[in-house]
Amino acid sequence: MAMAMARWRQRLLSSACSSSSSSAAAPQALLRLASSALSRQSSSRGFAAAPDDTTPFVVDIPVPYAGHRCDPPEQRVETSAKELVDFFKVMYVMRRMEIAADSLYKAKFIRGFCHLYDGQEAVCVGMEAALTKEDAIITAYRDHCTHIGRGGTVLEVMAELMGRKSGCSLGKGGSMHMYNKEGNFYGGNGIVGAQTALGAGLAFAQKYNKQNAVSLALYGDGAANQGQLFEAMNISALWDLPVIFVCENNHYGMGTAEWRSAKSPEYYKRGDYVPGLKIDGMDVLAVKQGVRFAKEHALTKGPIVLEMDTYRYHGHSMSDPGSTYRTREEISGVRQERDPIERVRKLLLAKEIVTVADLKNLEKQAKAEVDEAVNQAKEGGQPETHELFTHVHVKGLKQLAYGPDRKEVIVPLP
Amino acid sequence: MAAAAMAQKVLVPCSSSSSCGKVQFSPSRVHTQAIAFGGELSQSSSRKNKSLALKAVAGETSAPVTAKSGHEILLFDALREGLEEEMARDPTVCVMGEDVGHYGGSYKVTKGLAEKFGDLRVLDTPICENSFTGMGIGAAMTGLRTVVEGMNMGFLLLAYNQISNNAGMLHYTSGGQFKIPVVIRGPGGVGKQLGAEHSQRLESYFQSVPGLQMVACSTPYNAKGLMKAAIRSDNPVILYEHVLLYNLKERIPDEEYVLCLEEAELVRPGKDITILTYSRMRHFVLQAAKTLVERGYDPEIIDIRSLKPFDLFTIGNSIKKTHKVLIVEECMRTGGIGASLRAAIVDNFWDFLDGRPECLSSQDVPTPYAATLEDATVVQPAQIIVKVEQMLQGLI
Repeated sequence: MAMAMARWRQRLLSSACSSSSSSAAAPQALLRLASSALSRQSSSRGFAAAPDDTTPFVVDIPVPYAGHRCDPPEQRVETSAKELVDFFKVMYVMRRMEIAADSLYKAKFIRGFCHLYDGQEAVCVGMEAALTKEDAIITAYRDHCTHIGRGGTVLEVMAELMGRKSGCSLGKGGSMHMYNKEGNFYGGNGIVGAQTALGAGLAFAQKYNKQNAVSLALYGDGAANQGQLFEAMNISALWDLPVIFVCENNHYGMGTAEWRSAKSPEYYKRGDYVPGLKIDGMDVLAVKQGVRFAKEHALTKGPIVLEMDTYRYHGHSMSDPGSTYRTREEISGVRQERDPIERVRKLLLAKEIVTVADLKNLEKQAKAEVDEAVNQAKEGGQPETHELFTHVHVKGLKQLAYGPDRKEVIVPLP
Repeated sequence: MAAAAMAQKVLVPCSSSSSCGKVQFSPSRVHTQAIAFGGELSQSSSRKNKSLALKAVAGETSAPVTAKSGHEILLFDALREGLEEEMARDPTVCVMGEDVGHYGGSYKVTKGLAEKFGDLRVLDTPICENSFTGMGIGAAMTGLRTVVEGMNMGFLLLAYNQISNNAGMLHYTSGGQFKIPVVIRGPGGVGKQLGAEHSQRLESYFQSVPGLQMVACSTPYNAKGLMKAAIRSDNPVILYEHVLLYNLKERIPDEEYVLCLEEAELVRPGKDITILTYSRMRHFVLQAAKTLVERGYDPEIIDIRSLKPFDLFTIGNSIKKTHKVLIVEECMRTGGIGASLRAAIVDNFWDFLDGRPECLSSQDVPTPYAATLEDATVVQPAQIIVKVEQMLQGLI
């Protein structure tokens, strides 16, 4: 048992899919590949590309994909300088936002449950790079960054977390209920696994309306053991729905490690007859390639399961220190070896797209953006008392909801 | 206005359903109508409700349905007619459930629809209530009007999470961004020796879920009207049907009509006592009423139809007239519809009551299989007669 645990921990620190890598191999391999890619194109483009250059170039993906009943995509993905800089910017904003949420929670501006996404940013950013706003996303409660990816603003997220009326759900949803209708983001769901059935429903509607779009139903490794997920997979495969089931495997279902809750930790194979693909979720380019492959598959051949091998630095939520079931060495180890933002940073520097000073500027800008949003959100007002009764039913503007006795009751709250 | 309103309770008329013929009306008009009907229709015939029901036809004042117009139909067929008309009218309406498509529905409510509208609009699902209810709700979030059928209402307990947390709450937690125009329907209630697990009454379980609307149909006329109204509504509606009422026959109008979801039906006007009931118990009450009328009593019978929210206008006007109320329901005594209704009546109409509001409900037991025991679980007409007589003779 101890040996198995030690092996499993080693796997977390190194690239999860490769069989022989040691802990130091990954970043050095990345640098070697990056520099070799650069030298291949140096004759045509000169020294470095400007940060807004959209000329595509190809980058190798170090960690191999693993396919189940499908041929995995190529280990090389096309990207551009602008795209990489955008990845860095947006991921850094997300990281700062989650850290700001941490301090706000400790200062009691945010109450209740607060599930932070830092460490997993590559998953939602890489996904967005391969999708359009026509595609629908539904996820569980770790949704702050997914909301940003779908077009939400940091102010909306912060205000919602603090329960202000300027929040994306008017302060009535909270951390676990963020939605964005124009961005086709369906939340934000509190009950583990229930969103997979909703996701299949979104795909059903897309097929019904003959839209050329897919739905992504995100869930975690803990939710992968829910029966309704298998029900949803069966019905999606049966009816050929354009749905992509994405398992964000951060290896812990709150305090229970994956090897203690799942007999088979190969979540991408759980679909059985539904093909699957395992992707290194800390590599934004690998995620982009994998999701693009999956979208094509879902539109032509039917549902597919993706497993994103990722990691969360914080505990399950703010009430979980995150260190009682894993060691601090493990957390800092993953942060050193596999951090998604560091990866993009190293790639940008290796390709000489930006300098260290440029990156520091971008970081400062991101911090300023988040701080500004936090301050603005703090100034936002609490929702009005009568909002307690609005939006219970769809009734039209300025109508209050009826209780079971159909009286409009306006109660002065303390 | 805000300050005054903060401290008071304000009665507001039904203006919620856009498909309801009466979009805006004042309380005084309802009062007059109720009195007018009470005056004109003092004869105790339960068929006199025809002219009352017709006010629900959108925008018209039609002549009463005579024996020659309209068509006779069974209740399951009325539901099917309503569903078919809505599916033909609105291409976003689709039905999903077990055996609704090729089999035609286990109670024939969806018979012929799959042939007419195709497999994508009448969907045979595998046996996975939790996820196909979730799918219906997810599809409704995007704008499709899904009708989710539970083969028996009791099976929908497997989908309780989806119905409560997703259907009921998504409009609220998203700050109004998403609406859930889903209709969840199926047969419930105590049948003929179906066993405990197939004889459940789910109206008591769902009644406190905020965001849901609940209606119960009891005749072919209101079944078709409520089905159409529920589909057109933008709120999640649970339509409760009863296993034993599917073969009820009645003559319904040929022209299209939609009923108001929040309205109760005055079945028989009277002046001695108000009897509130719904679903199958309506027919037991009518049966008991025959005996009561022979013995000289004049009960006013109201089929409340809307289980959430209650139509306190119709109920209140009746109580103000009779001062006595008896609730006859098939729910269990504990936490049933009757329990909530009694509380609402006491809260609102205490000054008009001569005695406590009485309630006849099923026993708090799992429904037994044996016929005699099953009959003893639910309220029987004889019990209704005894209770009404006791109340009207001042014995209780």
